[in-house]
Amino acid sequence: MINKPKSSNLDFLNGDEAVAYGAKLCRPHVIAVYPITPQTIVVERLSEFIANKLMDCEYVYVESEHSAMCAAMGASLVGARAFTATSSQGLAYMHEMLHYVSGSRFPIVMMNANRTLAAPWNIFGDQRDSLAQRDTGWIQVYVENGQEALDMIIQAYAIAENDRVYTPVMVNLDGFVNTHTYELVDVPAQHEVDEFLPPFRSKNAIDFNHPRSFCMTASTEWNTEFRYQQQQAMNHAQEVIEEVDQKFGDKFGRYYGGLVEEVRCEDAEVVLVGMGSVIGTSRIVVDKLRDMSLKVGLVKLRFYRPFPAECFKGLSPRVKAIGIIDRDISFGYEGAAASDIKAALSSSGVGPKVINFIAGIAGRDITKENIEEMYYKLFNLTQGKDEQELQFIGLRW
Amino acid sequence: MIEVRWHARGGQGGFTAARLLGIAASVFGDNYAQAFPSFGPERRGAPVLGFTRTDNKPITDHSQVYTCDYVVVLDETLMETVEVTKGLKDGGKILINTKLSPDAFKFNGNFHVITIDATKIAMEELGGPITNTAMLGAFAAVNDAIDIDSILKAIDKGMPESLRKKNKKAVEHAYKAIREVK
Amino acid sequence: MAKPQIVKFKFPGSLEEMPLGPSAAAGILTEPNAGWRVQKPVVDHKKCSHCLLCWVLCPEGVIGKENENLEIDMNYCKGCGLCAQECPKDAITMVREGEADDQ
Repeated sequence: MINKPKSSNLDFLNGDEAVAYGAKLCRPHVIAVYPITPQTIVVERLSEFIANKLMDCEYVYVESEHSAMCAAMGASLVGARAFTATSSQGLAYMHEMLHYVSGSRFPIVMMNANRTLAAPWNIFGDQRDSLAQRDTGWIQVYVENGQEALDMIIQAYAIAENDRVYTPVMVNLDGFVNTHTYELVDVPAQHEVDEFLPPFRSKNAIDFNHPRSFCMTASTEWNTEFRYQQQQAMNHAQEVIEEVDQKFGDKFGRYYGGLVEEVRCEDAEVVLVGMGSVIGTSRIVVDKLRDMSLKVGLVKLRFYRPFPAECFKGLSPRVKAIGIIDRDISFGYEGAAASDIKAALSSSGVGPKVINFIAGIAGRDITKENIEEMYYKLFNLTQGKDEQELQFIGLRW
Repeated sequence: MIEVRWHARGGQGGFTAARLLGIAASVFGDNYAQAFPSFGPERRGAPVLGFTRTDNKPITDHSQVYTCDYVVVLDETLMETVEVTKGLKDGGKILINTKLSPDAFKFNGNFHVITIDATKIAMEELGGPITNTAMLGAFAAVNDAIDIDSILKAIDKGMPESLRKKNKKAVEHAYKAIREVK
Repeated sequence: MAKPQIVKFKFPGSLEEMPLGPSAAAGILTEPNAGWRVQKPVVDHKKCSHCLLCWVLCPEGVIGKENENLEIDMNYCKGCGLCAQECPKDAITMVREGEADDQ
């Protein structure tokens, strides 16, 4: 989706700053964060806002990311709207807490700056960190630019706190490419965000008048039913995501398409699927190839969980070949997105041919030439030529 | 789309210039813009890059800048180790902070070389050799898309108050210096 | 005494009755805490001098001193016998569960 033309609240912000503004506008009660590149600017801006009394919020200094999520969970437990942010090693550090929060059904919103996980150590962007947290029961969205980052923080609370959902949301930005790139961002007015996002009235919080025990054990006899409940909530989230996208667009003028955005897929023969900033670069290649009368399309996978299986089932009979760009790989098999997409495609019976492209690892640029090459490889498949199912893009040798 | 690459050493404000140009083009101009540094930890003195993209439609490209229309060199000593014209398009402009005149530079390609003693301007207006805003002023003088007024407004928005007045003077000083030569 | 009352826990009968996340009403006891007690204390109030040593020493805090006669909460008493052991007036006797009290 493209930003709507000029409004009066324009600023030139990097992705981290956009997230900080987004969080500020949501009026969180508690922010518990630990800094880690490339999320540090989020933390710095928020602490400045609070120090300058531009935000009325409790800023908890924690000694680690694990503690950050614990503190956020404690805050949510008393009915506070909580926010946190992290990246790679920090996300890994709080892994068990991700399960705790989702299993306890606290609607926390967390920004994650996608950065590769050590070893080898590297501060640059790929999606290995968040994709490795696929099964922690968090809703996951991947944004393309700073505007979407700001907007999705706001939408994340609307989704998380919805009565039918009560599931935490992780908003992912590509490290450096999104977090440290300055772009034109429309910062909505506080009163408009207040109208869109009402104050948090938790259904899942301590109440002295009705004491409850929280985060309890659930025996073998009852545990499955709690997991079923979580799965139901994720299913509801699919509808809620579309509703929130619509409502947000109606109010602020920017629609993002919900779970998935399809670009020029109506009559596409081959399609690329990606998550995050690579979509922006791909749009340019799609337009270029379409100008050359090549029937190409692009799918922006916005929400990885809940997974939009229906979208891929619907796409399956319409296209001849699908290329999936994974900025990650599950060693011993293939990219995470590819596995899930291929499963959805095959469940529809008919299956287009698929190539999984492993690209953009640890900050390696995905160029327009790389993307063009991916489309040509997909066309090779449609012409009966051989292409390997899994390909590393830009490998030196 | 116009792409500008800024060459500087860490600590010289190369990225600030790239960012201010982005603000000038987008917030105060009629365009969209994107600005980013060469990513990664930087130490003072190490060669760093800044990039600005501007366009009259939204910029969705998130890949690196490989070819550019303008190159701006804040510190000429960089040219000993960095190939500053790499990726500069045929007919592109390169703006260099130097006392030397354009003929002194022999680049391998058809480029339009513009020189300005930004260090002298910075010493006069700022009292120190931070040449980023002077080079911004020079840029305003040699390009058609972004005008000096937008740049002055960008400085008001993007720089701390104590720095604005003298940096705007540096911008105007450099701008006039180039315009007079033309 | 402000100890939780025994309230039989009502397990959810459907998905709709499941709590939001693993939580449950607190401040209740779902079954007697002392169902496995072997012996229980019986107080002879005529011998009791209200010195409150038993009240101080009881590890479970089940002795109530609000009223004239000391009361022992049998929902919580585990029958450890410390009160009987320490009573300076021998006013407390431990009696096997199920046998009649001396009083």
